[in-house]
Amino acid sequence: MSVEAVGSLREPVRRAVYEYVVACADSVSRNAVSEALGIGRTLAAFHLDKLVESGLLDTGYATRTGGPGSGRPAKLYRRSAAEFALALPPRDYRLLADVLAAAVLSTGAEPAAYAAAREEGARLAAAREEEAKSAVGEVVARLAALGYEPAEDGDGTVRLRNCPFHAMAQAHPPLVCGLNLALLEGLVGDAGHVTRLAPGTTGCCVTVASKNKIH
Amino acid sequence: MTIHHLAQLNVARLRAPLDSPQLADFVAQLPEVNGLAEQHPGYVWRLRDESGDATSLRPFEPDVIVNLTVWESVEALRDFTYRSAEHLESLRRRREWFVPYGGPHLVLWWIPAGTLPTIAESRDRLDLLARGGPTPEAFTFRQPYPAPARSITGSVS
Repeated sequence: MSVEAVGSLREPVRRAVYEYVVACADSVSRNAVSEALGIGRTLAAFHLDKLVESGLLDTGYATRTGGPGSGRPAKLYRRSAAEFALALPPRDYRLLADVLAAAVLSTGAEPAAYAAAREEGARLAAAREEEAKSAVGEVVARLAALGYEPAEDGDGTVRLRNCPFHAMAQAHPPLVCGLNLALLEGLVGDAGHVTRLAPGTTGCCVTVASKNKIH
Repeated sequence: MTIHHLAQLNVARLRAPLDSPQLADFVAQLPEVNGLAEQHPGYVWRLRDESGDATSLRPFEPDVIVNLTVWESVEALRDFTYRSAEHLESLRRRREWFVPYGGPHLVLWWIPAGTLPTIAESRDRLDLLARGGPTPEAFTFRQPYPAPARSITGSVS
């Protein structure tokens, strides 16, 4: 149940544990959580297991290589794939989005939808214009504010660890990925950045690269 | 061992002739995308004419091109279709090249491994999907069905 899952985050330490795990690119161990938050391993394990119980985290096992405990599988935690939405009173924007997507696809209105998304992205960027403009930093901040969980990789490309439209993107991939690309083009502008589709195994299929980093 | 393979048909109604400037980008990326499909894990076969693709074959209507392929699994085809940057990019742009087909434009069905689908059969499958929605005989990515179970030749414990 969404209410119980979301409610389990009320406890401040548990919430800190959750936020630490979801901010990590890879699965993390109990010890890593304990060290990062400065809490005991037993307490870390208690909160991690409560978060698994409520469906917010998943567990897996990985074989350690080298060092103490080598060969023994370590229990690792990561964000679960489940989505929790809580709307009071009840709202169903997903159903509405599915209907609109079906209409766009059946009439071939994708170009109009992409144009609307690009305009919306530009509008969102304009709304944040008064904030500090430090090139890449500003773009990353915009992306973070929209829930994309941006992370810069070694070559200066910003990858987006989360797709805010995940369920819709799974249902209508070309349309929603196209809309998302157009939205991000509008958001980051085309002066200093190149946005493109570069789907990976997880996360958003769009990447943002600085023009001066492209060879 | 796989005993069934996945057959896939998709159709597209051209917005303009294939040799027109409007279709130039589509035609230009076709060899690369076909090449990527062939190298993709789980690819088995695709229908082709003398030119190497299937665009000159117009078995249904003069302005409708067809793409008929065989893959090892739904996952393999889905991975190529939506996780290959080049293919996803061409899907994103498809409205620049094709008008809406009117009805389903893609159908999936299972065939015994080692056999190939025919164009006539693929058309029947698309009709089946258009008439009755997804079934184990004709389905979609959004509503896939598992491959038929192995025929039992001995006792299974």
